[in-house]
Amino acid sequence: MTRSPYLVEKTSVSIVMLKVLLALIPGVIAYVWVFGTGILITLALATVTAIVSEALVLKLRQRPVMPFLLDGSAVVTAWLLALSLPPLAPWWLIVLGTLFAIVVAKQLYGGLGYNPFNPAMVGYAVLLISFPVLMTQWPAPGVLAGAHLGFMDQLAYIFGRHLPAGVTLDAISSATPLDYLKTQLTLQHQVADITQSSIFGFMGAKGGEFVTAAYLLGGLYMWQQRIITWHIPVAFLGTLALMAGIFHLFDATQYASPQFHLFSRAAMLCAFFIATDPVSGPTTPNGKLIFAAGIAIITLMIRQYGGYPDGVAFAVLLMNLCVPLIDMYTQPRVFGHDK
Amino acid sequence: MSQYGEIVENGLWKQNPGVVQLLGLCPTLAVTSTAVNGLSLGIATSLVMALSNASVSPVRKLVPDEIRIPVFILIIAALVTVVDLTMNAYFHPLYNVLGIFIPLIVTNCIVLARVEAFAAKNPVTPSALDGFVMGLGLTFVLTLLGAMREFVGKGTVLSGLDLVFGPEAKALVWQVIPDYPGFLLAILPPGAFIGLGLLIAGRNWVEQRRTAAQTVPPLVPSPSH
Repeated sequence: MTRSPYLVEKTSVSIVMLKVLLALIPGVIAYVWVFGTGILITLALATVTAIVSEALVLKLRQRPVMPFLLDGSAVVTAWLLALSLPPLAPWWLIVLGTLFAIVVAKQLYGGLGYNPFNPAMVGYAVLLISFPVLMTQWPAPGVLAGAHLGFMDQLAYIFGRHLPAGVTLDAISSATPLDYLKTQLTLQHQVADITQSSIFGFMGAKGGEFVTAAYLLGGLYMWQQRIITWHIPVAFLGTLALMAGIFHLFDATQYASPQFHLFSRAAMLCAFFIATDPVSGPTTPNGKLIFAAGIAIITLMIRQYGGYPDGVAFAVLLMNLCVPLIDMYTQPRVFGHDK
Repeated sequence: MSQYGEIVENGLWKQNPGVVQLLGLCPTLAVTSTAVNGLSLGIATSLVMALSNASVSPVRKLVPDEIRIPVFILIIAALVTVVDLTMNAYFHPLYNVLGIFIPLIVTNCIVLARVEAFAAKNPVTPSALDGFVMGLGLTFVLTLLGAMREFVGKGTVLSGLDLVFGPEAKALVWQVIPDYPGFLLAILPPGAFIGLGLLIAGRNWVEQRRTAAQTVPPLVPSPSH
């Protein structure tokens, strides 16, 4: 016999995390279509590393292994990290980043629910500052690449850095638009000329923009499923578009358009999947707005003035630091109490 | 335990400046990118600490309480100048690497802390020993942290040995993994924080096991089911 109320939705961490993974599927499909099947190897490698390392640390910490392992949060972290890394990154880079994300950023701080920083972004930031060359080496999307790598070729490249005969690294790699924009701007070129280059698509990077659009689709599904609220995506994308728009209006020769910023690199992934991490983000509605707006501003500043091509990871980590403060100042009035 | 034994135990383990008191974090984090750097700065600090404790202790009753801090700092600064000039003269390449952190030993709070907490209240011999052993405790931490960061970051052990012993010592540098791509994080400041955190955790873990072993009575083997 059950007791009223009857309309109880059974939500658990596992179900939420499964839905997040489901929401990432369109992005993964678009990724495979644009960059080839190598991403599936990366995803598998990151997932296995995350699960094994999570189980080992849980055992070391004398916590129950299965319940924590089955909640799926480690897999979400692994996927987010894998999707942020350049496809065709060497296997040890993926393993190292995932290990750092799970062992140091998550478990050493106390496991799920206690980590002050977004684990996937910690892993990404560690790799970016440690191996800048490998981390900025992006393969050209399929439509642009001079040579095509099949699944086995990509597998061989990820595990052995071995390219098929006659194919050079230059033939399969290209500068990302954010990178290219930055270097060309320092050479006194203007945005309108730079974006004529073949690596730019309709809005963001050629090919890459479809991946970001697919993330948007997955994000809307999560919103519809009430896994995330509208606050963080709207505040992040809105602030990013608004700020980029102001800069663009101010000087269109020096600053890229808002739609370029929205559809480049990690913006969509961050808006729906990374910044919305319930553990390392704020809990109050107003806090979420401030948090997401802060990430957008820092991201844009790093993109325009910083040394790294994209600033999402650093922006998220910096705003993670501010979360306790944001939460403290945005406490809603408790019903029946004065302010 | 004798008074001296206690001083030694405090300096090296119980109140280790590096991983228990957490004093002098500035050099701990800044110069420990290699074991040689850590060891060198550690030795310089130990020397200053032993000398400053030994020189403050005899004058402790002459210095008025109100102005003791400036007096202590002046004494420490004079001794640091001696160490600074000596290193510049005899270990010039190393001096260039450690740079500003040698003169900054003056402001290292562990030096003033031991002068204030120990030398200002105790006779000369225990004071000098306290300063030296506390410095030694710090040296251990600096060397260990430096070795960890160097190994993870560059895949070498004892790189920079030639800065101390001349170019011949370069042959002693041990490249553990050939063609190591390097892990820059360990060399950068975050690596120092993470490494120190791991050292503190390791020390606490050992201490916990020791106290647990001392307090819990030996278990009676339970009958098998």
